Amino acid sequence: MIVAGGPVIPNFGSGSSCEVNNGWFCTDWVRQHWSDTLQPALFQHIELAAIAIGIGFAIAFALALVGFRFRLVDPPIGIVSDFLYTIPSLALFQILVPFTGISLLTVEIALVSYTLLILYRNMIEGLRAVPEEVVDAARGSGFTRAQTFRRVELPLALPAILTGLRVATVSTISIATIAPFVIAQGLGQPIYAALSQDIFKTEIFTAGGMVIALALVADGLLVLLQRRLTPWVRA
Amino acid sequence: MKTFIDAFRFMADNPHLLLAKTGEHLELSGAALGIALLLALPIGLWLGHLHRGLFLAASVSNVGRSLPSLVLIAFGLTILGVGFWNNTAALVVLAIPPILTNAYFAIDTVDRDAVEAARGMGMTGRQVLLQVELPLGLPFVLAGIRIAAIFVIATATIAAVAGGGGLGQIIVNQASYGLSGVVAASLWVSALAFLAAFILSVIRRAASPRPVPLP
Repeated sequence: MIVAGGPVIPNFGSGSSCEVNNGWFCTDWVRQHWSDTLQPALFQHIELAAIAIGIGFAIAFALALVGFRFRLVDPPIGIVSDFLYTIPSLALFQILVPFTGISLLTVEIALVSYTLLILYRNMIEGLRAVPEEVVDAARGSGFTRAQTFRRVELPLALPAILTGLRVATVSTISIATIAPFVIAQGLGQPIYAALSQDIFKTEIFTAGGMVIALALVADGLLVLLQRRLTPWVRA
Repeated sequence: MKTFIDAFRFMADNPHLLLAKTGEHLELSGAALGIALLLALPIGLWLGHLHRGLFLAASVSNVGRSLPSLVLIAFGLTILGVGFWNNTAALVVLAIPPILTNAYFAIDTVDRDAVEAARGMGMTGRQVLLQVELPLGLPFVLAGIRIAAIFVIATATIAAVAGGGGLGQIIVNQASYGLSGVVAASLWVSALAFLAAFILSVIRRAASPRPVPLP
């Protein structure tokens, strides 16, 4: 069935008639390419997102500590993170390439940048919303400043922080789909490949569905974590 | 650093190319944003007015966030084929959640006393929505439109892989334009996003209710 001049879609190989005709959804293709294409892409995607969220959370938390204690630096941090958030993802990748090259670092810097605004805002607002009387009561009963923060302010801000984490996780999983414009990794890779090779529908629907499913599963897991850590908040 | 100097040189050498692509970019983004506003704004405002459909407003925004732009563009291309509408449809789907959710919560959270007072003065539901709730909730509604505009301009860049015009065509075609062209177009589209965000921030500030000076 393959026309001279090479296969139009490399994955066709010795495919079924469904694959050759580029049908809407070919289950046999998914079964054949799960272990060599889809599963590795899924794991890479989880890794890309997990690194970005981990680093983004650490940076945002450090910034939130500074911004919470010294109100003066809060507006500049807010402006910079809003600035980074406004840059279109594809453009940010390409602007970073001259500095960090075609590398994982480029992708991670961009992904981390997008998490900062969401995480920082939620942390700061969560901490600010702690009622002053509660803090005064803690200080009055002999808590040091550090103890007040760790045992009173942080737990009370936790629901807002976790909400930020949920939003950041879902959007990082979503933005990580653009990674293949720089490095061939993640679930965007099969989508990108299928787009540039005659729009192979099965691959697009499967990989696209997997990204959405991954985002929803991650969100669901974080909801469970939220219920566990902050049982006093009704979801 | 040299790449950036080259990028600015590229801008100086190819103003017509960049302006033409900017025009296409704005056409695609504007059409998508316009359609999304027509669809989502009335629904969001009306549901907020009725204080109904919290579940819809919340889940639209949750689902919307989990839809990756590349996936939407790819799905649009697969289902609708190459053309202007595949990308427009994908961008509309992306722009609806922030507009709808913000419009809903903007109206839903308007001070109930103000609404009661308006009703007491004999205003109809429509008048209450248009003359009381909408002016009070407008900054929040505009914040949603601002987020949607940023999303749409960013994703219109990615639409280039699905036959969309615009500045993304330069970014995804390093073979023709070189790294300097790619970086130039990236900076240009970022500037476009900032401009749109800035204009909407200014409008939002202008629309914020000011305290009426006491006589």
